[in-house]
Amino acid sequence: MIVLRTVAALICGALFSLGLSISGMLDPHRVRGFLDVTGAWDPSLIFVLAGGVIVATLGYRLSRLVPRPLLDRRFDLPTKTAIDAPLLLGSALFGIGWGIAGFCPGPAVASLTLGVGPTLLFVITMVAGMVAHDHLVRRLIPTGPMKGARP
Amino acid sequence: MLSFLSSLAGGALIGLSALRLLVLNGRIAGISGIVGGLFSAIDARLVTNAAFVIGLLLGPLLFLRMYGALPVVRIETSLPWLGIAGLFVGFGTRLGSGCTSGHGILGLARLSPRSMAAVAVFLSTAMATVYLMRVGGAA
Repeated sequence: MIVLRTVAALICGALFSLGLSISGMLDPHRVRGFLDVTGAWDPSLIFVLAGGVIVATLGYRLSRLVPRPLLDRRFDLPTKTAIDAPLLLGSALFGIGWGIAGFCPGPAVASLTLGVGPTLLFVITMVAGMVAHDHLVRRLIPTGPMKGARP
Repeated sequence: MLSFLSSLAGGALIGLSALRLLVLNGRIAGISGIVGGLFSAIDARLVTNAAFVIGLLLGPLLFLRMYGALPVVRIETSLPWLGIAGLFVGFGTRLGSGCTSGHGILGLARLSPRSMAAVAVFLSTAMATVYLMRVGGAA
């Protein structure tokens, strides 16, 4: 099962990244053009979101029809429902970084293959930011689940 | 016009990848979670997360095979700003539990109110940032 899951994950990653490549999301110039709504706005990337959400909606509906995933024991879906401060603050910080660079995590990692030096710098500091966050959270919440938090 | 179609087709492929990962492995294709997971804890997901990331690296090569050219990557941000942006993106996506894929594609597909809020916030701060940088002449 783990072998099949690993192969499935590899294929999904490649498909995801091929989609990013075809869609134009790998190009920070186009991403920033999409975000530049008050300037020379390039709205084409909204279709990436549209195409992705439509097909992913089908996937989510499909997943509701089966008791468990085909290659694993259970579904691993987010359980939090509250719109809380970490969600909003984190998303705001992410948006600022996305706007500055034109890179979000997927395209940044996929671009590493193209050997673009500046991308490597971005990915290194991105991973540093992730690790810093995880360490900070571990220090602030040393043991046990927080009150109201769900696994 | 052509760019709209390729964006739609590319988006559909991203959605298809998310569909497959969900139906086969029961996992959300959230890139920040998958990449961050590689560095946070050694658990059962490590192998599949690593496989997904290797797949991500292969995508541009598939593109090369299909189209005979590598995808275009035009970086217009200076190195110091890129470094700062990476920190923001890394820290922010972990704190906010997701990025453009987990919240943007799958969160919206699941009609999750948390993801709708996250998308509204990161889209507006990203747009404001691009505006301020253009007006201020930064980067």
